[in-house]
Amino acid sequence: MANLNYTMLDAEKMSTAEYYGKVLCDLAAKDPRVVGLSADLAKSTKIGALAKDFPDRIFNFGIAEQNMFGAAAGMAEAGLIPFTSTFAVFASMRALDQFHTDICYQNMNVKVIATHAGLSFGQAGSTHHCTEDIGIMRTMANCRVIVPADGMETANAVIAAYENDGPFYIRINRGYDMPVYRDTDYGFELGKAVQLAEGTDLTIIACGACVARALAAAKELESDGIRARVLNMHTIKPIDKEAIEKAVIDTKRIITVEDHNIIGGLGSAVAETVTEFGKACVMRKLGVPDTFSIIGLHEDLMSEYGYDSNGIVKTAREIMNVTIEEDDDWDDDDF
Amino acid sequence: MGLTKDEFLALENKARELRKLTVDTVMWANGGHIGGALSATDILTILYYKYMNIDIANPKWEDRDRFILSKGHIGVGFAPVLADKGFFDKELLKTYNHTYSKLGMHLDKNKVIGLDASTGSLGHGLSIALGMALGGRLQGKNFKAYCLLGDGECNEGSVWEAAMAVSHYKATNVITIVDRNKCMIDGRTEDVMSLEPFADKWKAFGFDVKTVNGHDMYALADALDYALKAEKKPVAVIADTFKGCGVSDIQDNYQYHYASVSAETAEKYKKQIDEYHDNRLKNQEKTNG
Repeated sequence: MANLNYTMLDAEKMSTAEYYGKVLCDLAAKDPRVVGLSADLAKSTKIGALAKDFPDRIFNFGIAEQNMFGAAAGMAEAGLIPFTSTFAVFASMRALDQFHTDICYQNMNVKVIATHAGLSFGQAGSTHHCTEDIGIMRTMANCRVIVPADGMETANAVIAAYENDGPFYIRINRGYDMPVYRDTDYGFELGKAVQLAEGTDLTIIACGACVARALAAAKELESDGIRARVLNMHTIKPIDKEAIEKAVIDTKRIITVEDHNIIGGLGSAVAETVTEFGKACVMRKLGVPDTFSIIGLHEDLMSEYGYDSNGIVKTAREIMNVTIEEDDDWDDDDF
Repeated sequence: MGLTKDEFLALENKARELRKLTVDTVMWANGGHIGGALSATDILTILYYKYMNIDIANPKWEDRDRFILSKGHIGVGFAPVLADKGFFDKELLKTYNHTYSKLGMHLDKNKVIGLDASTGSLGHGLSIALGMALGGRLQGKNFKAYCLLGDGECNEGSVWEAAMAVSHYKATNVITIVDRNKCMIDGRTEDVMSLEPFADKWKAFGFDVKTVNGHDMYALADALDYALKAEKKPVAVIADTFKGCGVSDIQDNYQYHYASVSAETAEKYKKQIDEYHDNRLKNQEKTNG
């Protein structure tokens, strides 16, 4: 979408954050207003990639996230487009008052690219996990929230944040993600889910690292004769209501999958749309079951909490056996 | 630069007028942060009527000086300044705090013309000012970012995160001013959470500190001139002030952090403000001849 020539060859070599760093450098080369802000995590978040060609446009604020977010708001007011990066747990909680008041309330053109999201920094423990941020950030008025599925989509998300004025929260993982896309040219559109597999038996709605797992699960379900639709709900806010409503009508069964607490995140956002839509639908939310996670490798943790491909398959089989009451069976006289 | 006698007299007159307008605004708003508003009146007056390079006709002018009211709760003292400068009609002050009013307890920059930042949650302003200053510097602009902090606000760790960074980036285009009225909501600053040695704290963070009488226009002018000339180290002006300055019934009493004022009380307060300013002028003339 921005004539960036990323290919599968890059995907094998680049961590998700490296896509971010690369795209940011491309944007910085085009637009002198683009600057980067870090809180002593320039290397880990890859925002430090700016330093090579734009040393005067990368600002390190030290381990002081509150000040970094406030300063980002000030820079935006002065006409710059600040990209601000730290780990998701600090971006969403350590400096939340500044994000709320200085950035969202004032509707400043600040982009927060938060890395090490979900359980992707698994071995670091809950001080460095972040399974609350989608819930927190989607309640911030003016803020758009994107959870890219892989590196290619991260590139698209960062470009979308640059192209649209106002605050963005983009949540990416530490390390490498299983590639979902071969390139960036698949029709990414802010606020529009991408359908990756067609099916009418149930719909799996996933975001972030869970998209690749959802696709794998859908493949496995084919052997049972279950045809699962897979939606990559990369934009959590504004959520694609149309795609969700269509899933309710076409499949009557929805499983949401996210690397986040099952409270407040993608599942909750989807459930809000489903309940307001008012049509019968069986729904299950997969994710971290409202607990502080054990430590371990990201893969293992997703498996532990049942939102890897095996967990999705298991839940899909279960909900295929749930009988749905037809609307016609409802009798208002009973109430 | 200093002040000429005429400038001094004009500023004194303006401060008197704005103190009275602040009292009226508190009355119209059915309550407001009167104590911390009146301690800051002289600082706001000298900034907006002497130092700030702004264009009333073009409030979003890119090269304008910025002012960040980090002690954002004193909207009742700051909105009168913006109205008097001509950013909006003074009549609007009469709607303060009313449902749908553009003016609320903590001012919103997307609603109030002339306001550079929405503040209210304490400990945010200096970071925002720093961002503006760094943004200005990167784009080759010469504007200043003035930031007025409360002293109680300096309990917030984020103030010191910002102070560390202002100094690290040698952001001498940030002009830091602290309204040291020595009171906060629950009591006097030294009783609630000690700030002293306050100037030393700023010095330790890399600032050049000027402590002045925050109710003396000449002293404030000297301190601001000094701060504007700084090249190596940013300057923090600690303005020694009295909470509720000018209203003898409430002056230096932390219990008047927030108060409502009846029409009758407003008249009484305004008389006290006149007496205060009359005396202040007399004393100033004695000192400076």
